[in-house]
Amino acid sequence: MNKFIKVGCGLLLASSLALAQTPYTDDSVYQGLGGKEGIKKIVDTFVPMLLADPRIKDSFADFDMVQLNVRLQEQFCEFAGGPCKYTGQHRDKTMDGVGTVRDMATVHQDLKITNAMFNALTEDLQIAMERNNVPTRFSNKLVAKLAPMQRAIVTK
Amino acid sequence: MKKIIPALLAASAVFACAHAAAQSTPDMGKFLATGGVSQVEGAGGGGITPWALITSYGSRDSWGANAHYTHINTQDYKLGSYGVAVGIADRLELSFAKQEFKGSLAPLDQLNIKQDIVGLKLKIAGDAVYEQDSPMPQVAIGIMYKKNKGIGGLGALGVTNVKQLGAKDDSGYDYYVAATKILFEQSLLLNGTLRATRANQMGLLGIGGDQNDSVRVMPEVSVAYLFTRKLAGGVEYRRKPHNLGVDDEKAYYDAFVAWFPTKNFSITAAYANLGDITIFNPKKQRGLYLSAQVGF
Repeated sequence: MNKFIKVGCGLLLASSLALAQTPYTDDSVYQGLGGKEGIKKIVDTFVPMLLADPRIKDSFADFDMVQLNVRLQEQFCEFAGGPCKYTGQHRDKTMDGVGTVRDMATVHQDLKITNAMFNALTEDLQIAMERNNVPTRFSNKLVAKLAPMQRAIVTK
Repeated sequence: MKKIIPALLAASAVFACAHAAAQSTPDMGKFLATGGVSQVEGAGGGGITPWALITSYGSRDSWGANAHYTHINTQDYKLGSYGVAVGIADRLELSFAKQEFKGSLAPLDQLNIKQDIVGLKLKIAGDAVYEQDSPMPQVAIGIMYKKNKGIGGLGALGVTNVKQLGAKDDSGYDYYVAATKILFEQSLLLNGTLRATRANQMGLLGIGGDQNDSVRVMPEVSVAYLFTRKLAGGVEYRRKPHNLGVDDEKAYYDAFVAWFPTKNFSITAAYANLGDITIFNPKKQRGLYLSAQVGF
């Protein structure tokens, strides 16, 4: 029994140290999301939902939402196997005159994001894709790429 | 094994409760459907199989609870199950269910068997939702205590207790380990459960029997396709031991659809095959399975 738990925990640790998600190598998911135009529509639906969602809206207080919109489009497009490059560069208002850019983990570390908040955001994205008539088999493929980011984003 | 599991569960209960106390209001923080539905013995799972998912929508910082009613109607029998369950910190699950099994065909038309089931489940590794970049499933161990409340309606034969049908005991434990993986890339949910059991027809016909009284490890499998965020459908298989001379017990199967219109309510409909139940009625028992769950 002890051995079993140790092996289980070892696997868990190994998987949490796995490298960042690799994008899909073909563009079927990108096409399924409606290409560049479709992804823009999804994000344009998604971002106002984040700001209206009482579970998470406070987390975006210091965010430049125009920049966030562009970054999300880049990221979804790249993960989906589209012809985009996610630059991964975030700036927020509190950084004016201080620093330059931060990565996925550092941009979230002070936000005290819980699992419930991470899930709320993902749920909003699923609903945004539903509202733009993305078939579930494609929206789930995007969720598959985003879900492991929980390890970098949830800090509480 | 028998001593380790309750000890682990007790230790973790204290740990999980302390953790969840940090946020005492239910947060409804999990994804839709990721608490599963209420299986026929009251645990979070599919229709007939306990899964590694922890019931309710409480995230690891919170808790949640639900109540269910399930009704299975075959040609000659009816099985009702109702109960409540609590999920703590997305780590520990406690469940309590009552089952009532009734006959509708003479001479068993007055048959009435009741059973209480108390369940405990502990997530020990993995995460079914987040670890999409790894083959590691969510793994949980669980225990079910079953107490048969006796047989009604066979008074004319002088039968009031399952022991008179050949069962060794009218109460006992099932132990199980379950592994559940949600594969978002394929829109699939896979579950495999191994259950160590001596129960006859889940315990409705008692524990252990005249033909076999040793613990058997039985496989249970569920496969579900996620049609939409709110709708899943799939099939399940549950193998069972054959301990009683008077019951040529067979595996259970079902094909189901589960609809989650909100996090407060779900409904599951299935076509279930319970095999033949007792040698007195060799007909394969099939029929509609309906289950509703309300919770938070």
